[in-house]
Amino acid sequence: MTTRLIYFAWVRERIGMPQEDVELPAGIETVADLLRWLQSRGEGYEHALQYPDVIRVAINQEHVDHREKISGAREIALFPPMTGG
Amino acid sequence: MSAVLAPTVRIQREDFDVAAEIAGLTQGRSDIGAVVSFSGLCRDEQGALSALELEHYPGMAEAEIGRIATEAVERWPLQGLTVIHRHGKVRPGENIVLVVAASGHRQAAFEAANFLMDYLKSRAPFWKKEHRADGSEGGWVEAKETDAQAAKRWKSPSE
Repeated sequence: MTTRLIYFAWVRERIGMPQEDVELPAGIETVADLLRWLQSRGEGYEHALQYPDVIRVAINQEHVDHREKISGAREIALFPPMTGG
Repeated sequence: MSAVLAPTVRIQREDFDVAAEIAGLTQGRSDIGAVVSFSGLCRDEQGALSALELEHYPGMAEAEIGRIATEAVERWPLQGLTVIHRHGKVRPGENIVLVVAASGHRQAAFEAANFLMDYLKSRAPFWKKEHRADGSEGGWVEAKETDAQAAKRWKSPSE
């Protein structure tokens, strides 16, 4: 299944693209697994995700924590802590 | 049981008119005794800042603010609630965000507006980037721990 990954703010800038569609390899079950796998995909990813604890994640446009299972997610967004308001 | 109020949530590039938004909630009604409005504006940081660029997550921004606004109307007896958040480039002195809460009495309106702003700060998917007055790009505004703490005080003991 194809999953759309969307990036915002400095996560987007460091990875170098606003979004991409990926085929997740077997064994990627949680958000934490996804972040580890992405870090191995190149320098930009490594830079963006070097402190995974600060990365906020939304699955299908709802906030989740890093233990959340990602099976069935159509859209997963990664971004820094929010600074609106 | 009275019908649950449907809050108005708008995410937009254009500016908004605070007085018109307040009037929109109160016009033609006689049951509202209190209106609290909060507007957040762009500061120039003692002349150092020429603009803020607000990036947002289209779709989720509306959905998340909608969820926060729905929680507010469930927690406080409100007769009206409007939340507007801008995106794109905002110059010093311009509006960024507006919350208007209307109620029978002031306490509910004050508390709901305060709750909305605390939650917006830490949960609404917006990110501010600074444009410096000297032409340099500036950087992404860092999230404040005090904002995260401010949101936590609204949690009920069961959460």
